[in-house]
Amino acid sequence: MMQEGLDDGPDFLSEEERGPRAVNVDLQTDATLQVDISDALSERDKVKFTVHTKSTLPNFKQNEFSVVRQHEEFIWLHDSFVENEEYAGYIIPPAPPRPDFDASREKLQKLGEGEGSMTKEEFTKMKQELEAEYLAIFKKTVAMHEVFLCRVAAHPVLRKDLNFHVFLEYNQDLSVRGKNKKEKLEDFFKNVVKSADGVLVGGVKDVDDFFEHEKTFLLEYHNRVKDASAKCDRMIRSHKSASDDINRIASSLYTLGTQDSTDLCKFFLKVSELFEKTRKIEARVAADEDLKLADLLKYYLRESQAAKDLLYRRSRALVDYENANKALDKARAKNRDVLQAETSQQLSCHKFEKISESAKQELIDFKTRRVSAFRKNLVELAELELKHAKGNLQLLQSCVGILKGNT
Amino acid sequence: MSDRARDPPPERTDFEELEDADDLFPEPAATEESGPASLTAEDISTNSNGPKQDSQFDEDPEDLFAEATEEVSLDSPERDVLLSDGPSPAITPITPPTSVITPCLGHDDMFTHSSFDEIEEEEGGDLFDMHIAVSDPEKVGDGMNAYMAYKVTTKTPMSMFKRGEFSVKRRFSDFLGLHSKLASKYLHIGYIVPPAPEKSIVGMTKVKVGKEDQSSNEFVEKRRSALERYLMRTVKHPVLRKDPDVMQFLESSDLPRAVNTQALSSAGLLRMVNKAADAVNKMTIKMNESDAWFEEKQQHFENLDVQLRKLHASVESLVCHRKELSVNTAQFAKSAAMLGNSEDHTALSRALSQLAEVEEKIDQLHQDQANADFYLFSELLGDYVRLITAVKGVFDHRMKTWQKWQDSQMLLQKKREAEAKLQFTNKPDKLQQAKDEIKEEIEELDAKVQQGERDFEQISKTIRKEVSRFEKERVKDFKTIIIKYLESLVQTQQQMIKYWEAFLPEARAIS
Repeated sequence: MMQEGLDDGPDFLSEEERGPRAVNVDLQTDATLQVDISDALSERDKVKFTVHTKSTLPNFKQNEFSVVRQHEEFIWLHDSFVENEEYAGYIIPPAPPRPDFDASREKLQKLGEGEGSMTKEEFTKMKQELEAEYLAIFKKTVAMHEVFLCRVAAHPVLRKDLNFHVFLEYNQDLSVRGKNKKEKLEDFFKNVVKSADGVLVGGVKDVDDFFEHEKTFLLEYHNRVKDASAKCDRMIRSHKSASDDINRIASSLYTLGTQDSTDLCKFFLKVSELFEKTRKIEARVAADEDLKLADLLKYYLRESQAAKDLLYRRSRALVDYENANKALDKARAKNRDVLQAETSQQLSCHKFEKISESAKQELIDFKTRRVSAFRKNLVELAELELKHAKGNLQLLQSCVGILKGNT
Repeated sequence: MSDRARDPPPERTDFEELEDADDLFPEPAATEESGPASLTAEDISTNSNGPKQDSQFDEDPEDLFAEATEEVSLDSPERDVLLSDGPSPAITPITPPTSVITPCLGHDDMFTHSSFDEIEEEEGGDLFDMHIAVSDPEKVGDGMNAYMAYKVTTKTPMSMFKRGEFSVKRRFSDFLGLHSKLASKYLHIGYIVPPAPEKSIVGMTKVKVGKEDQSSNEFVEKRRSALERYLMRTVKHPVLRKDPDVMQFLESSDLPRAVNTQALSSAGLLRMVNKAADAVNKMTIKMNESDAWFEEKQQHFENLDVQLRKLHASVESLVCHRKELSVNTAQFAKSAAMLGNSEDHTALSRALSQLAEVEEKIDQLHQDQANADFYLFSELLGDYVRLITAVKGVFDHRMKTWQKWQDSQMLLQKKREAEAKLQFTNKPDKLQQAKDEIKEEIEELDAKVQQGERDFEQISKTIRKEVSRFEKERVKDFKTIIIKYLESLVQTQQQMIKYWEAFLPEARAIS
């Protein structure tokens, strides 16, 4: 029931939110290829994103066009990058997480069930709250899908990918169904093998100091970002709960104010009004912390995983190269299949070196992007916290002043 | 000292005036009176035959004036202290009585807000300056027989006490015992006796077992604060504060142990049975309410009860969530510090460490705020929820008094009918004896009925005064405490601003 109400067409994303919303990444956008999500529609169990492209590249039939894509198609695109050997040396931009409205939907349902037990004002207020929450989650998922596309568009190599162009341009359904159970199981096993492999491969000490350092760093960093992200989420949830309580307190005070026959009625009404306003600010604080801090951490959790994957691929290639060397030596010793072994060794050498070269640059870029994103977000976080605290303070002080003056 | 005997009337009818005058002019005669007896229903009712407030009122102002002049001339040490300390408080109270007289002659309106406000405004503030502190909780004994002893310090300029400042050691059951005594003396005649803090078997067991951890410390602090508020409320009541049990509680170093306060004792069980019986009775009494004021007030307190409970629940939830927020913020701070450690870009690493520090400070801020949420807001609401239960109890006692009166009236009616019937029996020798008997019974019952009516009038009057006083206190309490609470919120925000302002340049410095 709620979902239909959000099928708000083009008005849904306000003007100021058009254009790359790259919250967590500092991207250079150039005119040759600009991608954004201009609209989104939320239906019963899926979200439809309108991907809008502006490009001067000759590859495309038009200079500006839009298509509608769903989450599964984004995943398909991401996976196609991961599986492409040519891209082994790049950090593949992390896939956007699946849109998850379950929690919000559950809350709305509970609210509907509990409608009888609260006053009309309370119900309307809570409904507005939950709708706002739904909207916030919606905007976030749009932003995350957009960031993925922008990262691809900004990457010098990936932006030329054929699948990417098809994704942007082909205005029919890509017929990409979600993975069925068998495929999901296959993926699961692949991951298990990969992590086991990763441990083995990771154990090999690298001669290159740079990569050795990066390996150690990324491993630790990834774990700590994971922890920080989880704790940040918990903190923000408590914040939201407290803000909900203040909402209920404001309602109760309002009722008390209307009922009381003494001097207190005006007093209660004033305090109720104050709490209504401060609560809105508290809710904004939680939302901003979510956006600037929690989302930042979540994003770099995914990115650092992608970087780790890159290092894994390089290590894998290194191991392959070393194995090829050994095989070559053996072949030379036995004087059998030498040519084959030589070609094989050259290939793995070439692969390894190619990966190493691009990996180095990718990791350096990763650091630059990370530092820049953290800086931007931490500054904005601090500014917003200050703005809200000052707003809160002003409301509180003026109310106290009025109340003291009246007593 | 004052051979103008302190007749009971001035003390209880001039409740309002004395409330202020009393505080500064403690009648030395108080010690001459026979304890609470002067305040019991019998004495009071002998002077108030029906609602003749006007006449009483007329004679009282004189008493007040008289007593005022008398007090000033006395020179006991306490009074010297009083006179030398305050800004000539001796003089001011003389004026209020005049202002009280004028608007209120012959009116029940004297119990409305306007007159009270006038009195208070004239006083220019609270003249009640007795202060009680409960402090220094100390564990005495070991194991399951252990208990906490609290130091009760009283500071008072009133001459009722031997000294101006003194302390005693009391344990929780002593407080319960005090309340129990006051309740049995005053509740049934319409005085709102502040309820004592609640027992907590779980909380106390933890303390007894000897765990010196945070939760048992919090429990003790919560209890200490509740006991302090309880005593302050009790002594703020002008009638209760003069009760000898109260004075003994505050003053004497040895107090007989109150044994009937244990929940599982025979007295405790008796209490529970009585409560149940009362509840049943309440349902069966159908009172003919002739006075709309009572009906209105009862409804008002019902509504207030419901709303306060709801608000209390929300505030308790807020306290809980804020404590949770504090814990989670602390954990996040640690996590951010670790992240800062592993970050290899120096400036970002430093900024993350700074963020961790800010969050750590903020978690302490949340903890402090949660305490303010609790001790100021939540406990205020909890206290008032319990107080309103006491108020409702007082209304119930009025109903019971009415019932008693009605019962005696019915009985009298029956006896009268029996007397009339006696005229028609045909046993002449027994007749005279029976007639005499019945006449005696009728006389007795008649007296009872009259007493019942007087009791009912009296309790109704007392309740009106008490409710008025209660509402005034309620307004004052809520205003004072909520403003204090808001100020705590102000402080939190100010600190928050300081912390983030310190962090901002650090964040900007990342390059």
